[in-house]
Amino acid sequence: MIPTSIPLDYYLILSAILFVTGVIGVITRRNAIIIFMSIELMLNAVNLTMVAFSAYSGDVAGQMFVFFIMAVAAAEAAVGLAIVLALFRNRQTVYVDEVNLMKW
Amino acid sequence: MLLFAVFAIGAVTSALLTITRRNPVASAMSLVAHFFMLSGLYLTLEAQFVAAVQVLVYAGAIMVLVVFVIMLLNLGREQQLAERGNAIRVTLGTAVAGIFAVMMALAVIGRESGASALHPQAVTIGTTESIGQSLFTQYLFPFEAVSLLLLAALIGAVILAKRHVKEEA
Repeated sequence: MIPTSIPLDYYLILSAILFVTGVIGVITRRNAIIIFMSIELMLNAVNLTMVAFSAYSGDVAGQMFVFFIMAVAAAEAAVGLAIVLALFRNRQTVYVDEVNLMKW
Repeated sequence: MLLFAVFAIGAVTSALLTITRRNPVASAMSLVAHFFMLSGLYLTLEAQFVAAVQVLVYAGAIMVLVVFVIMLLNLGREQQLAERGNAIRVTLGTAVAGIFAVMMALAVIGRESGASALHPQAVTIGTTESIGQSLFTQYLFPFEAVSLLLLAALIGAVILAKRHVKEEA
């Protein structure tokens, strides 16, 4: 394997691109499940930053945080998808702009 | 460098596919591909444990859950027609994200250039041994807290998704 000589900035820029992709997904899509997947995209972009910093500074803390973020993401997935299920059961839709229950 | 380029391009492409596909199943499959690309990126950073967990937890567990819900809700073609690209929303959303991207680019460019090579100890800190060592000593309390959080999420998900029969009885 080629010894890594990639500047840290490359990872940061890639991570920023992925994060912005996730932001666009959350803002522009209507399907709650796709919004949910875009949130996962953003979480993973941050994870990439953490691992990059961890590897470039030789500190294990970044990878520990990634571990905990993954656990929280798993919890979020379970609860988020249960909410989508409950929403679909009550309103027969997963499109967020058709849900105006909390609009005043 | 070559590996990084391949995985980076793959990751960006699959991320874009995830947010542009009309069909939720296609989105989910692109997201699985994205997770594999990220796992490859973690390997280029010598983070073996995180790479393995990425595939196991994200591509394995979370995406199965997502695909399962998509199938359960039967998000087929006719409901898909309802999703018309609202031009204003897409333009505004992309503009907001663009501002955000510019801010992040300024932040990355503005600081002094970071490290240009992996830390010499990067290989040893990414192993399961090193992660486990920290996890069960220094990070023991967060570890236990996360287990409690997972339990709470489990119960919450079951209660939320449960069919309420005869609520007013």
